[in-house]
This record gives sequence, structure tokens and C-alpha cells, in this order.
Amino acid sequence: MATASRDTVVRNRLGLHARPAMQFVDLATRFRSNIRVVSGGQRPGEADGKSVMQMIVLAAVEGTPLTIRAEGEDADRAVQELAELVESGFGED
Amino acid sequence: MKFREFIVREAIVPKLVARDRDGVLGELVGALVTAGAVPRSASEELLAALIKREKNGSTGFGRGVAVPHVKHAKVRKMVGTIGRSEEGIDFAALDHQPVYSVVLLLSPENQPQQHLQAMNIVFTNLQDDTFRRFLRQSTTREAILDLLDEADQAR
Repeated sequence: MATASRDTVVRNRLGLHARPAMQFVDLATRFRSNIRVVSGGQRPGEADGKSVMQMIVLAAVEGTPLTIRAEGEDADRAVQELAELVESGFGED
Repeated sequence: MKFREFIVREAIVPKLVARDRDGVLGELVGALVTAGAVPRSASEELLAALIKREKNGSTGFGRGVAVPHVKHAKVRKMVGTIGRSEEGIDFAALDHQPVYSVVLLLSPENQPQQHLQAMNIVFTNLQDDTFRRFLRQSTTREAILDLLDEADQAR
């Protein structure tokens, strides 16, 4: 099974609040791969990238390092597109 | 962050009267006004902001719970409350199921970290099957408060 991993950082000022978490999950669920998100920083956590609730629980503030891991046939594309979404700041400032 | 730091005890509504989403939002904002946690002059604006937020994307994240929330300039200090519906409310939830427990959160605009911490405690507990079941079964304010206190002590 193909696996892929990408490191990124939360860029938007408001952090990974509900709307960005839902955007992330919307994109993640388009891939067949299993997706895990590991957050670093002061309060590390791990979430299923396809669960809105788990993603919100990460409470990842601006500047939090995230590692996005995928396992499945489209793992490479999944981590690339998801990391790009995070780096875009979810369309926020 | 703990529930007791932002949930306004007097504003908890163990038996919601409203049967639809906007009515529930209004009832909960009204309870916060009555409890003195939100100025009455801001209530219309806050309610409009909450409804707009729901229309942009439901905060009914599934499993019978919804967490309507806004950040707003009229909110000085983060406050929240909880409402329970016996009949279930159509919140246009992600799993298309009715919502029985509503946790409403109002945050100031300039404190995103505090808002995320509150969302963290709310969702950590709402993901817990036992907490969710007890919340749905708590028919009095005291029972809900006991549940919140237990959750606070467990952390």
C-alpha cells in the first residue's frame, strides 16, 4: 500500500477552527486513502483527517506544525492537495 | 480550558421549546440575555450572525449534536450555553439526523486561541459516547451541570 507524508504549518490567523476543519475534511474525503493528521506545538494531537470533530479537537492555532499522512492508492496526491489547502490559509488572512 | 470557564449555568435550557433551528438559536441567545451574559441590545445581531453561520455550513457535525458559534465584536467575554431537545431539531446536520443537544458558543473577535480551546473541550467531550448519551438523557439543569463538572474534573 502506498504511503505519503507532508509537513506543513497552519498559516491563517484564526487557526483550524470549524470552517477550515470542514474544508479539510471535504477535500480529504474525496480521496480513497486513509488520512491522519498529527499536530505539534504546545499541545500535540492526532486526528482522522476525515472526521470534522477530531480535526476541531486538534485546536491547531496559527503556527502549529502539522504532518499529514496518507495510506492508499492516491496517497501522494492526497497529501499534496491537503498540504496546499493548509498553506493557502483556507482562503482566510 | 474547562466548561465552567465559559458555560453560563443560568442560561442552560434543559427542555427547549423551539422546534426548528432558528427558533432554538433564538431561545438560547435569549437565555444568555436573561442570565445577563449578553447585552439585550446585541441579541438581534448575534442571532442574525448565528443563523448566517449555519446557512454557510451547518454546525450539526453528526451524532445528534450541533455547536452553533460565532465570533462577534459585540461579545466582550466568551460565553456559551447548552440546550436539549426531546423531539430533535432539523439542523441540516452532516449526517442528516436530528439534533438533540446544542452547545452554543459566542466569542470575541480578537481571541482565536481561546475560541479554539473552547471548541477543543466541547468536541473532545461530544465525541465521547458516554458523555453524549448522558447529555441527551439529562432532563434538568442540575443533571447537565453535574455532567459538565464531571467532565471538567476528568481533565
